[in-house]
Amino acid sequence: MFPNTALTLSGLILQFELDDVDSTNAYGECYRAVPVFLESEVVMAAANREAKPQRKRANLSPLTRRRERWAYFFISPWIIGFLAFTLIPILATLAFSFTDYNPVVPEETTFIGLRNYGTLLTDSKVGTSLMVTVRYAILAIPVTFAFGLGLALLVNNKHLLGKSGFRTLFYMPSMIPVVAGALIWAGVMNTQTGWVNLGLGLVGIKGPDWLNSTRWIYPALVLIGLWGIGNLMLTLLAGLQGVPNELYEAAEIDGANQAQQFWYITMPMISPVIFYNLTLMLIGAFKYFDLAYVLKNGTGGPVDATLFYNLNLFKNAFNYNLMGYGSALAWVLLVIVLVLTILLFSSSNRWVYYAGEGKK
Amino acid sequence: MSNITRAYYLPQRQRNLLNKVLITGIGLFILLIFLAPLGYMVTTGIKSDSQISDPDAPKFWPHSPATFEYEGAALPLYQVPLPDGTERELAALKKTRAMTQFIDPANPGAAPIEWEGNWRQLEPAYEADPQWDNFMTAWEELNFPRLFRNSLIIAGIGTFGAVTSSLFVAYGFSRFDFRGKNVLFLVLIGTIILPVQATLIPTYILYARIGWTNTFLPLIVPHFFANAYNVFLLRQYFMQIPREMDEAAEIDGASPLQTLFRVILPQSIPALTAVCLFHFFFAWNDFFTPLVYLVSRPELWPLSVGLQRFNALYGQQPNLIQAGALITLVLPVVVFFLAQQIFMQGVVFTGVEK
Repeated sequence: MFPNTALTLSGLILQFELDDVDSTNAYGECYRAVPVFLESEVVMAAANREAKPQRKRANLSPLTRRRERWAYFFISPWIIGFLAFTLIPILATLAFSFTDYNPVVPEETTFIGLRNYGTLLTDSKVGTSLMVTVRYAILAIPVTFAFGLGLALLVNNKHLLGKSGFRTLFYMPSMIPVVAGALIWAGVMNTQTGWVNLGLGLVGIKGPDWLNSTRWIYPALVLIGLWGIGNLMLTLLAGLQGVPNELYEAAEIDGANQAQQFWYITMPMISPVIFYNLTLMLIGAFKYFDLAYVLKNGTGGPVDATLFYNLNLFKNAFNYNLMGYGSALAWVLLVIVLVLTILLFSSSNRWVYYAGEGKK
Repeated sequence: MSNITRAYYLPQRQRNLLNKVLITGIGLFILLIFLAPLGYMVTTGIKSDSQISDPDAPKFWPHSPATFEYEGAALPLYQVPLPDGTERELAALKKTRAMTQFIDPANPGAAPIEWEGNWRQLEPAYEADPQWDNFMTAWEELNFPRLFRNSLIIAGIGTFGAVTSSLFVAYGFSRFDFRGKNVLFLVLIGTIILPVQATLIPTYILYARIGWTNTFLPLIVPHFFANAYNVFLLRQYFMQIPREMDEAAEIDGASPLQTLFRVILPQSIPALTAVCLFHFFFAWNDFFTPLVYLVSRPELWPLSVGLQRFNALYGQQPNLIQAGALITLVLPVVVFFLAQQIFMQGVVFTGVEK
């Protein structure tokens, strides 16, 4: 177990963040962002409590016992749901992965041991889908992150007029259903009538056939994905607003310039938010499905260029009815996601700075 | 000396103004590009097929070749360069290769103007002609009332279940001590990273066995068992409410259930509203789950699947696709703009510093 895992896992936490109250804007009010935000205090406190020696069950007072029963009553919906819809199905997925289950002929199901996993290693589609996923992630994560940070800095800039209007409007496309967004962008990237290529034409560039080129499809997907940047922008914004002003004042007295302040104060102070978003984006690449499916009607084209890992899984399980094999793919996905998460968390104490941790 | 300084450094106020103009200008520019696809959606959504394919028509707003009613016939209008050097829009009455007779729309009673030259070289005149009917066509072809109803049922009941159950679970995690609390809470938060595919196949097989596939149940029932995001958000909010109020209620003999509904609930309306909205639009926009469970029952499709299927079948009609996309996104976007007010009025919540 990595020492910091418990603390940093607590960072996966939702939180309301109050906007800077003094910024008046076009609407004369301030906008309250509702971002997902990192926070470690809660579970740190919980962990401290746990360190105390536990009283034995027999010593509990009747009142404490009664309250404990109430507690289990209140959390029982989640316990039941977790067992019924998460834990047991995950184990069942593992069990199915050792069979050749086909929903059309369920009675012919046989135990085939590790054969699905053997197929998986030699199935060229699996390799292709992993490559597609990795290629997308390598392009999408840095670009999306840079744009999100840029927007957060912009809407946090004291010179920007109508800040809250900008925040609202930059967030707004995140509310657009992904199917509608995908179809709008498919039109915008159309080679004949789409505005992207018409715009490029105005400056003398012949735009590519974005959605039918095995090379340009990736930038296209990343561009379309930028419409969902709202949460990233708002969490980073909350992070920026959480940096104490005294730090900048002190740095200014020491003669640090803007770039140095950004690099040595802002970035470390918002590193928990960066870490949180990085984790979500990386895992998100392996969960990627909707956009690729809608844009190419689930074909995975052009030439398997949008055959993301999950699309391949979906096709095997639901188009080819290979549910045993699909289960094996699902378990490999689960292992990949867990390994990535553990790698990220174990690297985090090298670059993520939690204010307050050093005091202990 | 001071004059030189003044030449180099603008006064503070002017420098601020310059910065404001510059930064706001950059912001507007980025925003314009960022939201430009919405402009494409609207302008394409109100074009006819021929307006989209006409290479000469103005690209932005829908235009059709202009015509002029003359003695019961619709005559096409052309931009005609006249001998005196001016150019006028005239209606072509009789077209031959070498000579064309034009009617002046401003003075239709006058004798036709004769113009020498090939009429094919003339630029046709266009007039704005948005096809607002497209929205009606899309509305009917996609069967929007049915799609809306299905989305509303799925998202509405699901939200009720998710918020009610999360309210209970969050209350349990925020106000009680029990064995295993920390471990259970970490497991709860850990479920955020789980890919839905890890549980998909056995759940699908189970639902198929008990006859739940091709019904709304797989899209609704699981939400009645709380989820990590909602529980966490509500728990954070509850922890801000002073415990003295619960204790006062309990001394008065209130059970924990009564405390929840009389003390906690009334104070948590903003957080509950936020959770309701998040969950409602999560369910409203969800595409994958209805795709898996409802794909073979068109009468149960929600908006997301209905729009995608429509595109798969009628991809050659970009105008109807864009009109359909617009109808689909109106509700989430409008509610988003309205809900801002709720956040602004109610949500005073900071949890970063504790």
